[in-house]
Amino acid sequence: MSPMMGSKPLLFVLFFQLCVSLLPTAVAISPASGDGYTINGRVKIPQGLGVKGFVSSGKISNVKVMLNGGQNITFLRPDGYFSFHNVPAGTHLIEVAAIGHFFSPVRVDVSARNPGKVQAALTENRKGLSELVLEPLREEQYYEIREPFSIMSVVKSPMGLMMGFMLVVVFLMPKLVENMDPEEMRRAQEEMRNQAVPSLANFLPGAGRS
Amino acid sequence: MATAVRLLVLFLLFLSSPNPILSLYEDQVGLMDWHQQYIGKVRHAVFHTQKTGRKRVVVYTEENVLASLDLRHGEIFWRRVLGTNDAIDGIDIALGKYVITLSSGGSILRAWNLPNGQMVWESSLQGPKHSKALLSVEKGSKSKKYNIVIVLSRGCLHAVSSIDGEVLWKKDFDAQSLEIQQVIQLPGSDFLYVVGFSGSSLFEVYQINAKNGEMLKHEIASFSGDFSGELSLVSSEMLVALDATGSSLITISFHSEQISFQQAYISHLVEGFSGPAMMLPSPVTGIFAVKINTVTVFIEVTDKGKLEVLDKTEQPTVISDALSFSETQQAFALVQHEGNKIHFIVKLADNWGSNLLKETIELDQQRGLVHKVFIHNYIRTDRSHGFRALVVMEDHSLLLLQQGAVVWSREDGLASIVDVTTSELPVYKEGALVAKVEHNLFEWLKGHWLKLKGTLMLASPEDVAAIQRIRLKSSEKSKMTRDHNGFRKFLIVLTRGGKLFALHTGDGQIVWSVLLHSLRYSDRCQHPMGVNLYQWQVPHHRAMDENPSVLIVGRCGQRSDAQGVISFVDTYTGRELRSFGLVHSIAQVIPLPFTDSTEQCLHLIIDADKHAHLYPKTPEAVGIFQSELSKVYWYSVEADNGIIRGYGLKSGCVGKEAGEDCFDTRELWSVVFPSESEKIIATVTRKPNEVVHTQAKVVADQDVMYKYLSKNLLFVATVAPKASGEIGSATLEESWLIVYLIDTVTGRILHRMSHHGSHGPVHAVFSENWVVYHYFNLRAHRYEMSVIEIYDQSRAENKDVWKLVLGKHNLTLPISLYSRAEAMTKSQSYFITHSVKTMAVTLTAKGITSKQLLIGTIGDQVLALDKRFLDPRRTVNPSQAEREEGIIPLTDTLPIIPQSYITHALKVEGLREIVIVPAKLESTTLVFAHGVDLFFTRLAPSKTYDSLTEDFSYALLLLTIVALVAAIFVTWVLSERKDLQEKWR
Repeated sequence: MSPMMGSKPLLFVLFFQLCVSLLPTAVAISPASGDGYTINGRVKIPQGLGVKGFVSSGKISNVKVMLNGGQNITFLRPDGYFSFHNVPAGTHLIEVAAIGHFFSPVRVDVSARNPGKVQAALTENRKGLSELVLEPLREEQYYEIREPFSIMSVVKSPMGLMMGFMLVVVFLMPKLVENMDPEEMRRAQEEMRNQAVPSLANFLPGAGRS
Repeated sequence: MATAVRLLVLFLLFLSSPNPILSLYEDQVGLMDWHQQYIGKVRHAVFHTQKTGRKRVVVYTEENVLASLDLRHGEIFWRRVLGTNDAIDGIDIALGKYVITLSSGGSILRAWNLPNGQMVWESSLQGPKHSKALLSVEKGSKSKKYNIVIVLSRGCLHAVSSIDGEVLWKKDFDAQSLEIQQVIQLPGSDFLYVVGFSGSSLFEVYQINAKNGEMLKHEIASFSGDFSGELSLVSSEMLVALDATGSSLITISFHSEQISFQQAYISHLVEGFSGPAMMLPSPVTGIFAVKINTVTVFIEVTDKGKLEVLDKTEQPTVISDALSFSETQQAFALVQHEGNKIHFIVKLADNWGSNLLKETIELDQQRGLVHKVFIHNYIRTDRSHGFRALVVMEDHSLLLLQQGAVVWSREDGLASIVDVTTSELPVYKEGALVAKVEHNLFEWLKGHWLKLKGTLMLASPEDVAAIQRIRLKSSEKSKMTRDHNGFRKFLIVLTRGGKLFALHTGDGQIVWSVLLHSLRYSDRCQHPMGVNLYQWQVPHHRAMDENPSVLIVGRCGQRSDAQGVISFVDTYTGRELRSFGLVHSIAQVIPLPFTDSTEQCLHLIIDADKHAHLYPKTPEAVGIFQSELSKVYWYSVEADNGIIRGYGLKSGCVGKEAGEDCFDTRELWSVVFPSESEKIIATVTRKPNEVVHTQAKVVADQDVMYKYLSKNLLFVATVAPKASGEIGSATLEESWLIVYLIDTVTGRILHRMSHHGSHGPVHAVFSENWVVYHYFNLRAHRYEMSVIEIYDQSRAENKDVWKLVLGKHNLTLPISLYSRAEAMTKSQSYFITHSVKTMAVTLTAKGITSKQLLIGTIGDQVLALDKRFLDPRRTVNPSQAEREEGIIPLTDTLPIIPQSYITHALKVEGLREIVIVPAKLESTTLVFAHGVDLFFTRLAPSKTYDSLTEDFSYALLLLTIVALVAAIFVTWVLSERKDLQEKWR
């Protein structure tokens, strides 16, 4: 949905909302003719940020706004406005459920003494709202993102570590052996020969005699 | 040694990273989970077909769902789930592009965009009193276009513009004691007639100008008898009403100057009539129908108000509304049952004698009777008129009939599940129905090669598609036999329509379904409803060859003292084994932990008079139970009176001729909550099938704490009576929440804690030795979750090795609940953002795996939260030892990690319950969430440490082995050669 400003909202205030229509702000709590008050507000979902088309205009149609944990449930109009009718005076909680977005619940005070005054605050960060415009605190990404292929991830994996170790053994060990004193080397080789080092060949069938 | 242990702990910690989130890659969707969308039992349907574009039908249902369905396939175009107390009263289409709904007892009028379901406008209609809520959209003739919606709501008549929802005029009828029955709008005229009764014998008519709401005429006439309140319009100037006794019909003509009545006794019209009659809505001009017992009588009204019987039928018959399908012609449809066939008959309004169309369709017996029918016409290719019908069945399913066949069907009974249990699948046998496993080695390797490419992010888009296809196709998961891991099971669900379904956990397909005979309408049982499902027979070592079965408990009416019905169903075949209406009521069912020689589980059914009845009613079962009688205790919660009572059992019923299987109960204890300050709003116990792996908990400083594990603990939450309603109904001072832990055998209160300034509703889960509950904190105006852990202090001294050696420990003492428990509790509270609809906790086969809480949020998603976030030993700065143990630093709010939503980007609309079933594999648990939608998935709270993951690359393993073997041979050859050279030297 695109942000809309100015006097447009007034088109949408309802017929019994006469005393509020003088207010410049878009939203208000207005006394109704019957019992209780009406809470009007607006949900604004920034466009473009959505990952994989989470926020297209089609998605706004399934955004729900809930009063007091599901006592009343309403939907958004195409421009993002919503209203709750017949709300008694007191402190209320408004929640917005929209897939892909995290909204903070909003505490709204409806007082009988000064109707038309909005007292709203986000309960998550205790930020006050001058008008009842609800915006998501953050996007919600429900899936892990696959890391693109990189050498590091292979090296870090257990198999990569194993390979690394093997490479070390294959290439560095002979180097170590080379650096040894030739005298000592010969002696060690003598010893090994005497002990009949179990070479790999000995383990294989038919290769035991040597 | 200690360092070694510490290292091991660190290593384990490294494996189970600090924030274990069970994340999912997007391409893994549908691999382990399935999601099904339903709408519920249709209450009304409006067709919308244009010459071009998609053909659709807009329906609303008993689940408060407004949906637009594809008329060709029955798929959902869009769907809106309204609030639970926002039931829809009427629906219509205006301007050809808006769906207008009237809901909440006529106080909310909304318009929805037909193509995409976007709400266009919303109006609140006020009125002084409750009344019938009616909605009618003025169709308008072609010459003058009206855009007015006429709404009767709360005793007022409103005319609302269908373009923007503005109220054009309003006519108040509140001054009069008028009960408006109908608003009549005659096609092509500007007048509205509002007819109704005031008192029981006064009939009133108002004539109103539809353009401005001006009242033109008001007439009252009094009738000598009393009206029943039912009224039916039969022609433009004639109404038919029923009198209060239901024995005579009154025709009222209201157009002429004077209202005139004509009374006709039904017994004169229909021979052999007895019993009160019921009016059915009039299908078309001049004809109406009356139902007397099971007989449906069609009566024609002639011009002079004379009544003539056209037809009567004993078969169950359903009539549709009238449909004007051409300029002049009106038709309506009848659906009649005959055996297992139904006749779909379309008749012209002015020609009763002949049928425009008669089709005979054979229907599945398990769908029951037709409850509603809606007809619609279309033009065939040869320019003649064809008719199709949307039929709502007794089991809440929806069918589309056309040309003598069922075009599509929807199992919408699954939108209102009452209870769920599970059953094992048959064991694999030769020749059993098993899907053919797979293909050749090359294909297998190719599949794994593709998977490998996928994990290394080297796959092209086509490859990704191929991988997805292979994964979804994997025939393993929907096989009809038991598997090693216990992932494949039947979910046995009981729906409100009285139907039992078996769903396969692999892909959610319906394996069988049965309409329970005992839960169908009958003369003896007028309002049957299913209540619960229990495992009845679970084949085990003693009765291997028996099929498992379930017990279905229901009652005839809402009240707990209504007569009960039970039936037994075989879960392999879906056959109803036995069923009977009981003589006693069913207040409570207690599954006992005993089984008889055929592995039937013993169940105790408590009736409203507090007598206990044992099932199965066999001498063997009674024998088993008699020996355990002194150890059986039960309790009842009387939430309205604020009393919890505990009972024991005595053998034999006093003053009853009932047999051995009836037991008397005696009250042992009671806990009475003061009704002026406390009201019970939630009680929860541990799951009877929960397994606990260890009693002891090793804490950081090499210390041991013993969990207080008792199956008989009850968590009770009470709130101030004022705070029991919705948020905002009570102030800070007058609201509090008190929680108790009560032993249900002795009635002892082990723990009591109060939260001042807290408010319901309370949702709680109880597992092992802890309770987690969710409530609203008015002071902070946020939701809060608290945890209570309870530990046994009496065994705390056993830690001393010397005591163990010298035999001074108390480990051999028998544990009795009557001995004084020295329980110690710890608790902590945290804020949480979301409202909660339901909560559950994961359950595994052996109880080793760590626990997760599953929170069904208000947005109909399911969030998994690790239990470690709710640990009362969390502190702001945990010591090094505590960190190693896995204690997370304390924060005031519980984290919500989007990746830990187990429903990922899906919603389980109208979420009601989360059911947890352990799999055989210890690491894994099965989760089934149901509401209007169904969602199933597998969870591994500590990751799958005991099996390889789904995307384990066997190809890579095989390649490595092959490479190693090749390397061995190459090096062997090389070393041989070198040996030879050495020897030549």
